[in-house]
Amino acid sequence: MTCERDHRLLFEDLSFTLSAGRVLQVAGANGSGKTTLLRFLAGISNAYSGDILWRGDPIHKVSAHYRSQFLYLAHAPGVSLSLTALENLRWYFSLNQHIDSQALYHGLREVGLEGYEDVPGFRLSAGQQRRIALARLVISRAPLWILDEPFTAIDRGGVTELEHLLCRHARDGGAIVLTTHHALKLDMAFDRVELEEGQC
Amino acid sequence: MLGPEQVPGSLEATAGTLRRDLLLAYRRRGDIINPLVFALIVVTLFPLGIGPGERLLAEIAPGLVWVVALLACLLSTDSIFRDDYLDGSLQQMLLSPQPGYFLVQAKVVVHWLVSGLPVTLMAPLLGLMLSMPGGGYLPLLVSLLFGTISLSMIGAIGAGLTVGLKRGGVLVALIVLPLYIPVMIFGSGAVVAGCEGRPYSGQLAVLVALTVLASVLAPLAITGALRINMDD
Repeated sequence: MTCERDHRLLFEDLSFTLSAGRVLQVAGANGSGKTTLLRFLAGISNAYSGDILWRGDPIHKVSAHYRSQFLYLAHAPGVSLSLTALENLRWYFSLNQHIDSQALYHGLREVGLEGYEDVPGFRLSAGQQRRIALARLVISRAPLWILDEPFTAIDRGGVTELEHLLCRHARDGGAIVLTTHHALKLDMAFDRVELEEGQC
Repeated sequence: MLGPEQVPGSLEATAGTLRRDLLLAYRRRGDIINPLVFALIVVTLFPLGIGPGERLLAEIAPGLVWVVALLACLLSTDSIFRDDYLDGSLQQMLLSPQPGYFLVQAKVVVHWLVSGLPVTLMAPLLGLMLSMPGGGYLPLLVSLLFGTISLSMIGAIGAGLTVGLKRGGVLVALIVLPLYIPVMIFGSGAVVAGCEGRPYSGQLAVLVALTVLASVLAPLAITGALRINMDD
């Protein structure tokens, strides 16, 4: 698995490769372009020059296939607060992956939402709402995870669980690129890309 | 082994989206009332404003009911994609491996079910309040049934184009009103013909053709508009 990029706007001559089984942390100050970089990787924005390759193919050429290969968690995670945790997940997976409802319950249990399956999102706390989105990680079999600040609003216990989840995914042969301000503690080595300020 | 699991087919994805949006519409069922109350208020005010003369009212009734129905539909158009845009669901939808076309179509159909369809069903009452001649009711129902589908489809293009704006309301109206006009002309034309006892199947046929055209082509434009807005 190769992911290369060359790009001059917020950052110049940035180039990295993310291989299967690896975790890559994108670090940098606020406004240094971390979210922008992840948006490029997810194919949301293409205001860059250079190439992003997925297994050797430019992502815009294989976009339909590429979109089935990654899971993107954004600041706005796509959880509707008028729907329950279960309804949110059911919709998400009706678009992305065949699963049975047993898997949905399992996913919610893993992120500590057991007993909250049928509670509308607006009655949950910010952290619990975030956990609905994290339940996708438990269930999803997408090889590439693109996570933008996954630890936001998550309590200390949840952070540890999430770190375990990240390790497990990498050990299973997945690849993860994430941004976080939290000091990442994983049971395995991980790579870092530092985005510096003022490289305009 | 991780990896390219079987992705659900478009049919399954469309059904999932349809179910989700219907659920959302059900949770916010209070919103269905808004266009209906709006239409009722306007039609109640008209006789008060221009006098209760039965002949005058009957003459303007076909056009008036159609204009009121059109504005009532326009009222909720602005918000078709707003919530999904804000909470990130729209982004997840467009990033999924599914073709956006059918998902967007499902969303617009649900919007029609909670805006255009109720207004259509209430239209005979509006006609009655304006003492519309008896021959106009059937063409009114049929023309609105098809016409409001076109209005939802066309309106969703405007909603998709302006979804990234904080206040897109007036802009949506400016974008879609010119496109609404042909629909309204043939729709109210059919009703006028029915009131005067003339055949109206020609106008209805054109209207149905417009509806088919809008239902097939508009989702392409809507998907394109939404993709542009995702990249802001």
